[in-house]
Formats: sequence, structure tokens, C-alpha cells
Amino acid sequence: MISVEHLTKQYGPFTAVDNVSFTAAAGRVTGFLGPNGAGKSTTMRIMVGLTRPSTGQVTIAGRDYRELVNPGLEVGVLLDASAQHAGRTGREILAIAAQTMGLPKSRVAETLARVGLTETEAERRVRNYSLGMRQRLGIATALIGDPQVLILDEPANGLDPAGIRWMRDLLRGFADQGGTVLLSSHLLHEIEVIADDLVVIGQGRIVAQGSKAELLAAAGTLVRTADPAQQDHLARALHEASVVTNPIDGGLRADADPELVGETAHRAGVVLRELRAADGAGLEEMFLELTAETAREGAAA
Amino acid sequence: MTTQIHEATPVPAVASTTTPQAPAARRVVRPIPMTRLVGVELRKMFDTRAGFWMMASVGIVSVLATAAVIIWAPDEAITQNTFSTAIGMPLSVVLPIIAILSVTGEYSQRTGLTTYTLVPWRGRVMAAKVASTLLVGVVAMVVALGVGALGNVVGSAITGLDATWDISLAQFGNIVLANVLGMLMGFMLGVLFRSSAGAIVGYFVYSLVLPVAFGTLAAFQEWFRDLQPWVDVNFAVTRLFDQTMTTEYWQQLGVSTLVWLWIPLAIGLRAVLRAEVK
Repeated sequence: MISVEHLTKQYGPFTAVDNVSFTAAAGRVTGFLGPNGAGKSTTMRIMVGLTRPSTGQVTIAGRDYRELVNPGLEVGVLLDASAQHAGRTGREILAIAAQTMGLPKSRVAETLARVGLTETEAERRVRNYSLGMRQRLGIATALIGDPQVLILDEPANGLDPAGIRWMRDLLRGFADQGGTVLLSSHLLHEIEVIADDLVVIGQGRIVAQGSKAELLAAAGTLVRTADPAQQDHLARALHEASVVTNPIDGGLRADADPELVGETAHRAGVVLRELRAADGAGLEEMFLELTAETAREGAAA
Repeated sequence: MTTQIHEATPVPAVASTTTPQAPAARRVVRPIPMTRLVGVELRKMFDTRAGFWMMASVGIVSVLATAAVIIWAPDEAITQNTFSTAIGMPLSVVLPIIAILSVTGEYSQRTGLTTYTLVPWRGRVMAAKVASTLLVGVVAMVVALGVGALGNVVGSAITGLDATWDISLAQFGNIVLANVLGMLMGFMLGVLFRSSAGAIVGYFVYSLVLPVAFGTLAAFQEWFRDLQPWVDVNFAVTRLFDQTMTTEYWQQLGVSTLVWLWIPLAIGLRAVLRAEVK
């Protein structure tokens, strides 16, 4: 379990992380979501002792990271897949990690196989690796110590769709075995398919957190009318029923459950073409909305 | 028989439900011993092409320098001292660069992200780096001594004169100390700059520009002449190679290294311990 308590990191007048608190629970995959520069990486670097917080603390299974006597065996960390020595082979990088942790050499080949890097790929120098291969190697470094906690910064970056699916299954399996997974991303749909819990951060502040199911429920209902001209009519009807709506993808997103929206449409005599929980679409909109005031694109929107 | 099979089937099912809990159970985690860290740092010095050739250059330079002495030195100059000087000069350039790269590689190649995550006590990582660097330095000098001795034997055999062994143990000790100080200088520049390019430029300023500047100053300014051994660290260190050290020489070595080595080393180490690793 990872517990972040009132974490703040200031660089001069700039506050990169602003009073952030959340928990990544054991047995669950926690997605750490936010636009670029929101403070995800800073928070993760603080977790593993690479950056000192201004105030607040992070504990992993109740202890400070620096109190762990051999951290690689307890916490698997991938902060940047590109931060590997370009002149070393993949196998060598993994062998160094194994040696540092005091693991037998056999673990290197096992772990390479586990992340899907072939023997020939492992003999190549990292400068010849694609980003996807570097990610796999980075994940291998995180996994080799067989830790109970994983902290992964943008691990899906550069992976192809098959790679993302592989990683999803890997992290799912890890969490199902009682492990704690915290992974960050700036892409909602990437994290949506993997995470159980979501922590959304914008400009250093947490703007939403909860289980994915909760946040999806909060995302409301998506409704499309058969005749686009009737959409305004439905919006007005919903407004009279005190339901907040906003247009989305040639339809409406309503802050209500589908039953209420259907009933309202029926009473207003509007024929519907589609009526369902907004799910991803709603969550994405929520994500953009929550981060709009903080995101770079906010000014334009 | 069939019932037995049925009884047997639940077993894997039980196994598959218990294994998932296994990683959650806390294992006995042993601390990382210092010897292992030194071993890891030694490995990192050799396991890239650049690192390998850097190390190989120590042996190659020794052999080339020895060959050069045998070919070009006049017969009476074929002594152990000549060989050791010929090998020592290029070696004293290569060794500090090895020391620099052992530190700056973590920053220039950003491997520090992994290193300091696996070993979050940076002081221990630095200690392991110093230990492995000095180990390499001492081994390199013993190799150089061996190659030089071999050259002396071969050279003497060619000239037909008796081999001259004119390096005492104390003298060899001084040469080792001079090179160790050189490597620590490299190490100091590494922790201070934390960038390969910056530290190597700094090293050439230290070893090429400063001595010339101090030498020129001493040549033209009367008042500086007596002061030079106290402030010019290269001047003070170089005397380890070729002179019998007096008490005053040792004091001058102490004072000049305090200013040019120990204090900046302390500042650099403090920065390494505190700086954010990105």
C-alpha cells in the first residue's frame, strides 16, 4: 500500500505538487491521471526518494522509502524508460539490477522472458531499442526483484496496442495476487482499461479521486435523439427536471441516471436513438473539464 | 478410480488460490552489503564499449610507452625509472577520466534514476564508486609497474647492460599516492559538475591551464614564487613523482589539496546527496 499524505513540493515560487493526499491500495491498480506537467512525475520521484518534498510524506507499506533495506525487492520502480545507459545491452542492465538486489543470475533470463524480450533483443545495446522495448526493459527492472508494490510512470508510452494489452494483463495479475500498482498516464483511455481506482491531478492539485466505477457513475448518461432537431427540446425538458446537460458528440450528456433521462424523454415525446451510461465518453469529458482550468489548452477552450 | 481422479482435481485448484497470496507475504529482506555495491560499480566501469576501451587503454598505453622507451631511449637511460615515468605520464591522464566517468555516467546517461532508486542512500553509492575507482587505479599501477619491469628486463637484454632497478618501495608508494590524488580530483570534478562534458573540461583546466597560469605568475611575480608550492596543487602533487618529499613538501601538498581537492569534494558530495535526480 502506498500512502501519500499532504505532499507539497515547491520550486521557488512555483508549486509543482500542492497538498496531495491519496492512497494506492493493495490488490488494486491505481491510475494516476493528469495532463503533462501536472505533477505526476514529481510526486512519483518523491515517493522513491529521488526528490525531497517541501512538506508532507509518502509511506510504502507504512515505511519511508529510505527505510527499506533493499528497496528493489519491495518496490518495483519505472520512472523513465529512456533513462538507461545507451551503451549497455538490455541483459546487462537487468543483470546490474539483479546483482544490486543480490538475486541469482537465472532471474535475468526469466524476467526477460516475462516481459517478452527475446534473447537476441536482450543482446542488443539499448541505443538500438525502440521506446516500446525500453518500456519492457524498464518494467523488467521493476519486476525482477519480485516486489509487492509497483510504481510506474507512463509505462504504456510507446507500447503498441498488443503491448498495452500485455501490460494490462500483467498489472491485473499482479494486483490480483495482492500487489499494489500505481501507474501514471496523461491518456485517459489508456488508464481506464487498466485501473480500478483513479486519482486525477491538475496543476499539482488533486481534482478527483475514487474508484473507476464511482467516477464512471458520476459521469452520467449519454443520450442521442433520433431527430437532431429535437435535441434542444430534450435539453429543455431535462433542464426543467433539474438535470444539468451538456452537448457531446452530437448528443447530450446528462448528470442523471439513464432511467430518469428516458422517462423525461418519454414525457417530452422525444424519440431516442441512443440511451446509455456515459462511461468512457463521460469520464473523458470530466477529465477535460476537471483539468480545463489547469491545462495548457484551457485558455483556448 | 474415477472417484480418486475427482478427489485429485481440487488440489491444483487449491494451489492456484493459495499461490496468489504468496507475493503478499513479507519475505526476509537482507540489507545490501557494501562489497556488493563495489562489485556493481566495478562492473559498470567495464560493461560499455567506452568503459571497456577506457580500461583497455591503461594496458595499451603501458605497452606502447614501454616499447617507445626501448626503441628511442639512449642505452644509459634504460632504467626502471625511465619506464615508470614514460608509463606514468599517460596513465595519470587516463585514471582521473575513469574516475570522472564513474560519477557523471549516472547523470549524463541518467542511469542515476535506477541506481539511486535501487540504493536510495547516495552516500553509500558514492563510497562504492570511490572504492571501485581506487581499486582500478591501484591495479592499473601495479600492471604498469609489471609492464615497466618487463620492459626494463627486455630493454637491458637488448642493450646488453645490467638492468637498473632504481625505484624504491617508498617511491612507488608516492607514485600511487599521486595517482590516487589525481583520481580523487577527477571524482571531485565529477560530483561537482555531474556532467561528463563539464567535468572533463574542468579536468583539463585543472591539469593544463592552471599549472601554466601558476607557472607564468611565478616566473614574473617575485612575491608569488614562494607561495606557488602552497597554492598550485599540480606543482605540489607532481613532486611526489620525482623528488624526495620533505616535511615542508608534505605540508604544501596538504594545504594545496585542501583548497583544490578536499573542500570542493565536500561541496560536490553534499550536492550529490541533496540534489534532485531527474
